[in-house]
Amino acid sequence: MLMTALPDRVSVGGTTLEVLRKGRGQPLLFLHPGHGIDPADEFLEALAGKYRVIAPAHPGFGASQLPAGVTSVDDLAYFYLDFIEQEDLHDAVLVGASFGGWLAAELAIKGTGRFSKLVLLDSVGAKFGDREQREIKEILNTPIDDLPGVLFADPKAGVKKFGDLDFPSMTEAEITRFARNRESFLMFGWAPALFNPKLAARLHRIAIPSLVMWGEDDAVVPPAYGRAFAKAIPGATFAGIPHAGHYGYMEQPQAYASAVLRFLNG
Amino acid sequence: MEIWQFCEQSMHPAWNNPGPTKVTIPNELCDPVIAHELYNRYLDEWMLGDELGYNIFVNEHHASANCMSVSCTLTLSILARQTKNARLLSLGVPIANRTDPYRVAEELAMIDVISKGRLEVGLVKASPFELAMSNQSPARIMDRYWEGHDLIVKAFTSREPFSWEGEFYQYRNINLWPRPYQQPMPPMWITASSAANGRKIAQLGYVCATFFNGKGTKMLFDAYREEYLKTHGHIAPPTRLAYLGMMVTGHNEAQVAERVAKMKVYLDVQPRTPKEWTNPPGYESIEGNVKALQVGKKGGRLNFGLPPNPSLEQMIDGGIFFAGTPDQIYNQIKKFSDSVGGIDHLLLLSQAGELSHAETVDSLTLFAKEVMPRLKALKSTHEVVTMAAE
Repeated sequence: MLMTALPDRVSVGGTTLEVLRKGRGQPLLFLHPGHGIDPADEFLEALAGKYRVIAPAHPGFGASQLPAGVTSVDDLAYFYLDFIEQEDLHDAVLVGASFGGWLAAELAIKGTGRFSKLVLLDSVGAKFGDREQREIKEILNTPIDDLPGVLFADPKAGVKKFGDLDFPSMTEAEITRFARNRESFLMFGWAPALFNPKLAARLHRIAIPSLVMWGEDDAVVPPAYGRAFAKAIPGATFAGIPHAGHYGYMEQPQAYASAVLRFLNG
Repeated sequence: MEIWQFCEQSMHPAWNNPGPTKVTIPNELCDPVIAHELYNRYLDEWMLGDELGYNIFVNEHHASANCMSVSCTLTLSILARQTKNARLLSLGVPIANRTDPYRVAEELAMIDVISKGRLEVGLVKASPFELAMSNQSPARIMDRYWEGHDLIVKAFTSREPFSWEGEFYQYRNINLWPRPYQQPMPPMWITASSAANGRKIAQLGYVCATFFNGKGTKMLFDAYREEYLKTHGHIAPPTRLAYLGMMVTGHNEAQVAERVAKMKVYLDVQPRTPKEWTNPPGYESIEGNVKALQVGKKGGRLNFGLPPNPSLEQMIDGGIFFAGTPDQIYNQIKKFSDSVGGIDHLLLLSQAGELSHAETVDSLTLFAKEVMPRLKALKSTHEVVTMAAE
């Protein structure tokens, strides 16, 4: 579940991050969504069959430390630039989901020299509509009991990812991860609400093959938003996945993984 | 004991509509003709209070049928001119929600000067649902609060222009015109409910106010007294501890019961807050949220910690509502004050819910005549009985 600790640790410029490392081969950096990362994630498990998956908990999330002064998505992107240099990633695949997709896009517009391909899953972060149209549903302060219904096409499957939201039966460490993820997600995403007004006009700088995947039942950012995202990245492919919500890769891991692997092999 | 008259300037006719009474309530329900009458009625009641010997306490909320005051300083700027004697307390300006603390200092200083030094400055964290309207982040709210506080204090006390390049606020040139009437600055107030926050306020030497805190008040006040002595080397003066409760009085018990029923409607609407705004992540500490989740609480604190549909006895016993004939109410207040080691400033929500203008005037007048003189004669001493082990 999303409140389970990741097995490994790595220090980046004095900041200790939790990290999940799985598989061998070409590196694949996975950037997680705002509610964390499940070390038993089946989508990552499937990718790890072909790739060396590196999936850190972002600074401020899980048990990862939050360095002083890191308060914005731009700060996080610069932090990851240090991480990528330290890991000496080359020819790597960059995958980001939801909030992690925003972060991946912010990294990619700063330069794609280290990366060969980009995959965005139900990403947020860009603004395409007019000033009186809210494109991204409010998920920073969603009442806790409503989270599975908002984030997943099938709330019954979604609630499992949150340990049935049965907090009294969880350990203090698990509850702390949940509370910390929510607070950090809110801090990074607050205003403007889950987007950078400058991002859309900078997406043209992404000069590597890109795949934009979307849950057809995504209730946070609808597939039309995903198509606009794909259109803004030169040559990007859009793919919709049925019976998948905003955290679609968690509920349809095989469908997402097969499409990603097909794209990466192509 | 000083007595303060408080009212939230509610648009209570809109409460009959089902659903939240704040944040999302349609402003179609804010009839401007009724709003005009109510604003002026509430101001009239404060002007009466000024004549009766009350001090005045105002607040603000946004997008709310519970409180139509959109700015403490707007309400106080009217009262600064129209009252003569009352101290004027803003409790408070939600500085973590304000993008311009320099402007906050300017408005407060102008009120202090117009009122000839009658201003008391309260700076509050604000309720969680206010963040929906201010659009300021719940995350790091107190970091923003303290930077705003430091800037306002420097603006009040500095006699030369200065620049400010902080994390949250940047200014080329802060130069407060007018400077406050009270030198070096007006009395400062901060609200708290926990002992840790009480200690912080004691260190600053400010007035510590607590709202509807009931049985939790003693722990807070004890912490304040102890920390004050430790920090300043002398016991806290009898002007530092403030408590807010509801109050209504009447000439006989039947009349009191009728008035209580009209006031209690106010308590009933408090939980009518959109649930995503009762406790957005970041508003409470992670430790606080973890503790709440461990016992299965997924939302925020509502209805002042009272049980659902509390009886009057529970509200009186809990120090939430002082209600009775003048003798009864004096005894209730005296007993509660003694139980927390002494209240210096008693803040009274003396109009709420459906209590009419005539009833409010009668209750305020009766209280001022029969109860206030006895309460004013009470003097707290904030001697520290037991020091915690170091």
